[in-house]
Amino acid sequence: MTLTDLTLAEARDGLTKGSFSAVELAKAHLAAIEAARGLNAFITPTAELAIARAKAADERLAKKTARPMEGIPVAVKDLFCTEGVLTTAGSHILDGFKPTYESTVTRKLIEAGTVMVGKTNLDEFAMGSSNITSHYGPVKNPWAPPGDKDLVPGGSSGGSAAAVAARLCLGATGTDTGGSIRQPAAFCGIVGLKPTYGRCSRWGIVAFASSLDQAGPMTRTVGDSAIMLNAMAGHDPKDSTSAPVPVPDFEAAVERGVKGLRVGIPREYTMDGMPAEIADLWRQGAAWLKEAGATTVEVSLPHTSYALPTYYIIAPAEASSNLARYDGVRYGLRVPGETLDEMYENTRGEGFGKEVRRRVLIGTYVLSAGYYDAYYLKAQRVRTLIARDFSQAFEKIDALLTPTAPNAAFAIGEKMDDPVAMYLNDVFTVPVNLAGLPGISVPAGLSARGLPLGLQVIGRAFDEETVFATARVIEKAAKFDTRPPCLKK
Amino acid sequence: MALDRATVKKIALLARIKVPESELDSLAGELSSILTWVEQLNKIDTGNVQPMAGGGHLALPKRADAVTDGGAPEKVLANAPERVETYYAVPKVVE
Amino acid sequence: MSYVIHGKTGDWEVVIGLEIHAQIISKSKLFSGAATDFGSEPNSQVSIVDAAMPGMLPVINEYCIEQAVRTGLGLKARINLHSVFERKNYFYADLPQGYQISQYQHPVVGGGKVILDLPDGTTREIGIERLHMEQDAGKSLHDQDPRRSFIDLNRSGVALMEIVSKPDMRGPEDAGLYLKKLRSILRYLGTCDGNMEQGSLRADVNVSVRKPGEKLRTRTETKNVNSVRFVMQAIEHEAQRQVDAYESGGTVVQETRLYDAGKGETRPMRAKEFAHDYRYFPDPDLLPLELTDAYVEGIRKSLPELPDDKKLRFIGDFGLIPYNASVLVSEKDIADYYEKFVAEVLVRTKLPKERIGTECANVVINDLLGHLNKAGLDIAKSPVTPQMLANLQALKHDNTISGRIAKDVFEIMVETGKDPADIVAEKGLKQITDTGAIEAAVDKAIAANPTQAAQYKAGNEKVAGWFVGQVMKATQGKANPGLVNELLKKKLKD
Ligand SMILES: [Mg+2]
Ligand SMILES: [Zn+2]
Repeated sequence: MTLTDLTLAEARDGLTKGSFSAVELAKAHLAAIEAARGLNAFITPTAELAIARAKAADERLAKKTARPMEGIPVAVKDLFCTEGVLTTAGSHILDGFKPTYESTVTRKLIEAGTVMVGKTNLDEFAMGSSNITSHYGPVKNPWAPPGDKDLVPGGSSGGSAAAVAARLCLGATGTDTGGSIRQPAAFCGIVGLKPTYGRCSRWGIVAFASSLDQAGPMTRTVGDSAIMLNAMAGHDPKDSTSAPVPVPDFEAAVERGVKGLRVGIPREYTMDGMPAEIADLWRQGAAWLKEAGATTVEVSLPHTSYALPTYYIIAPAEASSNLARYDGVRYGLRVPGETLDEMYENTRGEGFGKEVRRRVLIGTYVLSAGYYDAYYLKAQRVRTLIARDFSQAFEKIDALLTPTAPNAAFAIGEKMDDPVAMYLNDVFTVPVNLAGLPGISVPAGLSARGLPLGLQVIGRAFDEETVFATARVIEKAAKFDTRPPCLKK
Repeated sequence: MALDRATVKKIALLARIKVPESELDSLAGELSSILTWVEQLNKIDTGNVQPMAGGGHLALPKRADAVTDGGAPEKVLANAPERVETYYAVPKVVE
Repeated sequence: MSYVIHGKTGDWEVVIGLEIHAQIISKSKLFSGAATDFGSEPNSQVSIVDAAMPGMLPVINEYCIEQAVRTGLGLKARINLHSVFERKNYFYADLPQGYQISQYQHPVVGGGKVILDLPDGTTREIGIERLHMEQDAGKSLHDQDPRRSFIDLNRSGVALMEIVSKPDMRGPEDAGLYLKKLRSILRYLGTCDGNMEQGSLRADVNVSVRKPGEKLRTRTETKNVNSVRFVMQAIEHEAQRQVDAYESGGTVVQETRLYDAGKGETRPMRAKEFAHDYRYFPDPDLLPLELTDAYVEGIRKSLPELPDDKKLRFIGDFGLIPYNASVLVSEKDIADYYEKFVAEVLVRTKLPKERIGTECANVVINDLLGHLNKAGLDIAKSPVTPQMLANLQALKHDNTISGRIAKDVFEIMVETGKDPADIVAEKGLKQITDTGAIEAAVDKAIAANPTQAAQYKAGNEKVAGWFVGQVMKATQGKANPGLVNELLKKKLKD
């Protein structure tokens, strides 16, 4: 038995039964991380910390005081502040930053008994769909056919996605502002959930776009996703946008099935130039759900095509303000200058990469005097229309089924020169963030090149249970058990 | 909207990001193409649509007026690039 | 009252509006749980939220909202049930977030007013444009090191109310009265301690000048002036500077200036190489603030009596003239002292309050406040309690001592803190009301001054007053003046 091949749920059972120890489980994953350094999935592995936490977990397991995820090795996207552990957001500007505090989500994961094995690589400040904008270099997709070009894992949670896919951890945290959990999950053949906005606390997560950012789990199965969300979710009085709603037992909802559910197929998600294999998979997904007792209904989300441009006004605007605190005064990089303003300009000029710079400048522009109404306010109004599309659709249906991304993983270096072409990666995921809804990507098949493809299930606000149940039906039907080629059988 | 060099320079100043002269033109081109692309929103009539500010559907939560934090200068100064005693230090500012 | 600058080209009118930053009295900051005490060790009252560490989020202090609403009600202003926190984006070393959370398009309080009490007893209304809540910035120290500035974030995130007046003031006096009245209202309400030296109350002064009848000309904003006197001086100098500029063929540019108290002049802040563009937008970390009528009414019910209402009551109840009433209500402690004093006098004398109101007002305003001002004391630190002062009044009213002696006794009271009855007993100041004793003194005075007595008989009645003086002198002021008068008139005629 290879410990790294277990699902999170299987590992939990094995630990409880004493089939292996948390330290053994941690060591197996730490060894895998070492062996997979070439993927560049981790910015900071935390082996020592992991062993220490695993030992503590073994003590609790022995005393039968184990918590829900006792001893489970997880990776943390390096956007979550972790006390005493380097936190970079994938940016040069946070050089050397060791938080004196622990983000709420990672604190909850610690309190659930998890063992952090490291901080994963990501697009700088979570801005990207390919993980090529990280100051720490690109992450490689473990699915790249051997001998072929290196492929992107998707982004921005590309390190987490690659780590989960390559069996370097049993689950990982991601954050999703426009698709940053779901798109890399699809590219790497794993399950990625963006919960309802407000479900998981944003406190202690480096902010990109506050009204869109949401943390979520990245795992190999839908069941594991539910287990991990239960540990991550919950109201946090330190986050004013955290929802004071109860957290249901998500794991219990996974096997509910879809009998009697009405699943919407949004007409507008059929896009010109979408590869046939993705359209086929989408139809297949709908067929699986029908076979399992759901009815499918064509619905219209008329403002879908405006979601991306809306997003690319709102997200940079919020980011331009959120990233103003990186000024070389209190933490991170400082590049000296004669005057205070020169110091700011030097620090931020050197500290931010090109994509971050691009977005901060766009955001600054759309908020500036004379342009606010034409861009920012306009986008906020369109956002209302996009959210309304969903709420109207959900009067008739219980969930939506769409592809996760318009394409499979592409080669590192592709789509680099045209930012708008890169942005199109998120065309199916962004509307969900704008409306604040839960969405999951579940691996559903392989492309002709043998690359994973995902389907997305979108639910009503705070109805992750239906999302899990629907995704689980697809997971079962798809029998997606293919392993990335980088892993030896 | 096509941005010219001068505008890019101006917003870079506002954002306090040093942009090398040599990159101004290419950056102006990239930003212009993004702006032109987002301007497709102008096709939608949003006359009486209320703007949606946040992703939350809730009321603003409030906390009680109690001192629950602070009192640990080392906690906030721990990562300072430059400090003097318990102050942060920056290049001198002339008012 | 009209303040006019007489220029070479004619008279100029001054137009003034004030933006006041008032620190809300609260234990903790607007969006974090750090303390707000003044004068603590640098960066000792800073939470990781105030230092804008990555991932930190604001959560609003409910008491600060209540304080802002209370202030709005005290300014007779409209409370906006829907208000929005926005980010005001700019870079500065003591602004950790790179933005200030403030209110912009939708402030919590809309239009209101402040009533000025002019020295001639009349009043004048100054409009309030709005009041909004916002975070304070930290403090930069520029004079500690030759090449560096030091940053202390203790103030960072402290709750402020920015109270913006309409440009309704027309001279330094107006501005001084406005500032004092506003401060008085804030103190009555308990929403700001009004301490300008410690920076709990700071004024940004907007000044422009114009020829009478003209539309508004360009204004300048002089930032962070920290005393009433400096505000008045800054206006005087800035208005004159603008007049001089126009009259010498120059112009006034809209700019931010600083008041240099040492030189008594305003000067432009270091030319900003970056134009301001604050890029306000609703803070996505916070939701709009929604209040209910019931909430606002609850606060309204808890409002204390405010100076304007108290003034009217004092005029009605105690028969005061408006000026005296406004002096007494200018500080709640003074008004409370006065009322307690009157009550105590009523208990002792059983006289109707309209009869003693003015008398008591004069004692407080002329004697007590006069002394406290000289001694540099607050009324809270007065060595003389209202009870003691009432005892003194009672001694006067029951003719134990004369008004003249009462003044002496008051002086001894404030020096020693002793009770007036003890002082009178110790010093033997009891008034002589024994007719025989006074008669003897009167006889003695007439006998000693035959010339003056003859003058009186010849019709010079003024001499009577002189004789009263002589008798009082002879009795060390203790003789009852009424009896002395009566007897003198009788005896001088004989
Ligand atoms: Mg102002
Ligand atoms: Zn202000």
